[in-house]
Amino acid sequence: MCGIVGLLIKKPALRAALGEWMLPMMVKMGDRGPDSAGLAVFTEPVGEAHLKFSLYAGTAAGHGAAEGQPAWHTLARDLIAALDPSASLHPNGNHAIVTTTATAQAFRSWLRRAWPSVHLLSGGRAIDVYKDTGHPREVVARYGLQALAGTHLVGHTRMATESAVTPAHAHPFTAGTDFCLVHNGSLSNPYSIRRKLEPLGIEFETDNDTEAACRFLEWRMREGDDLEAALARGFDELDGFYTFLMGTHDKLALVRDAFACKPAIVAETDDYVAISSEFRSLAHLPGVQHATLFEPKPETLYVWKV
Amino acid sequence: MESVDLARRTVRELNQYLHRQLPGSGIETLEILNPDGAHNIAVGLDGPVEIEVRGHAGYYLAGMNQHAHVTVHGNVGWGVAENMMSGLVRVKGFASESAGASGHGGLLVIEGDASLRCGISMKGIDIVVGGSVGNFSAFMAQAGHLVVCGDAGDGLGDSLYEAVIYVRGAIASLGADAREEPMTDTDRATLARLLRDAAFTHDPREFKRVASARTLYHWNADANQEY
Repeated sequence: MCGIVGLLIKKPALRAALGEWMLPMMVKMGDRGPDSAGLAVFTEPVGEAHLKFSLYAGTAAGHGAAEGQPAWHTLARDLIAALDPSASLHPNGNHAIVTTTATAQAFRSWLRRAWPSVHLLSGGRAIDVYKDTGHPREVVARYGLQALAGTHLVGHTRMATESAVTPAHAHPFTAGTDFCLVHNGSLSNPYSIRRKLEPLGIEFETDNDTEAACRFLEWRMREGDDLEAALARGFDELDGFYTFLMGTHDKLALVRDAFACKPAIVAETDDYVAISSEFRSLAHLPGVQHATLFEPKPETLYVWKV
Repeated sequence: MESVDLARRTVRELNQYLHRQLPGSGIETLEILNPDGAHNIAVGLDGPVEIEVRGHAGYYLAGMNQHAHVTVHGNVGWGVAENMMSGLVRVKGFASESAGASGHGGLLVIEGDASLRCGISMKGIDIVVGGSVGNFSAFMAQAGHLVVCGDAGDGLGDSLYEAVIYVRGAIASLGADAREEPMTDTDRATLARLLRDAAFTHDPREFKRVASARTLYHWNADANQEY
């Protein structure tokens, strides 16, 4: 069992409330997923010449820093010296967001070479990712996520059933740029998907089934499918139970498998679209009593645009 | 009216009150405020009380109900009135999956739509849905009636036993061993009673009857697992 939450704020004036409205959604869904939590928030994009990357240092990447704190200033200094004099870094505990003019490929290979213990969570112009083990209440508090502002977010609370409880196995999973996916359910053919993708040069970071779905869909979109076409192919190729919630720089997308074994509910008002596994995590939202509420149908793609 | 506010009390406190204090108290009606999607509201009732739930409820509302009448002024999550024995549960909004699952008796009325697997394994309950039902409804339904005033999704009545389904709208597809049969006078009388009890005004003549062809009742070694 896991919980998924999604929130898209329609009115720009309300985007500062994104994190505040999300907090009870994640905490309530902690009952469905108490072992790990994560979310991807989509902000106003950085400038066209820039990209931003979310990094995770865990607890082991001390690198001479004060106890328990990663040496982000050292990493920033290395980055400025080696790759991009204009790069900047904003630390948040063991997470940090780098903004740089370097290409995604250049940044990835530099990070892997110079700082192999630091994990790259996401890249793009709008996406920031936070994820870690612990109850969602603790994870949200650890990084002050209730203060997040942005256009939309995709969140997840995990109760692991098929792979280990580690920060890397927590959702969201990302692939490519400005794309993420969270999953409630379990896939029965992730290794078939993986064996299909790896010969194409697509690398996997974990043995998690959701990562296979995420990389499959991102691969299809890189090959020219739009989200709708990629998911139509996903219905044929991804076997198992799933409610998937996906985020791109300007969209939220939701699908359930043909048997709709995993729940989802949507509440829409003039101010927001809110998605959750269960209504009780939406009950605090302003105006939800008068929202349009519906349950997404099986094998049907729902997309909301910012 | 006596009321319990779930913004101030837990569902466990509510249910313990309903099980221990309410019987014999003389209280005949009670309202539940701020359900906010909580699970297990008013499960295990066992007495002739009228309960109004003011808002949306979560999973298993009024599960195992005996004798009580429960009305939800909102939507419900999975498994509303699951395993109901008797009494009445009415949902003013829509119901999520597995509504009335395994119910033995009583009447479940859903004024809006019911999602997938409505009436799965029903064992004598009557379910009347004002809107449409999702896929795989009345799967392995053993006894009772499922009345659908709207449309039915795919796989309706798969592996039916002796429950009978009445559908007013379109049926996307029938499940294995379910078949459409002619309506008899007895069907029309039963349906008229169910519609009246559920307070719907449709004409029973607008409905189709779906029941079991009973070809799965006996093992057929020649079927080669194709049904």
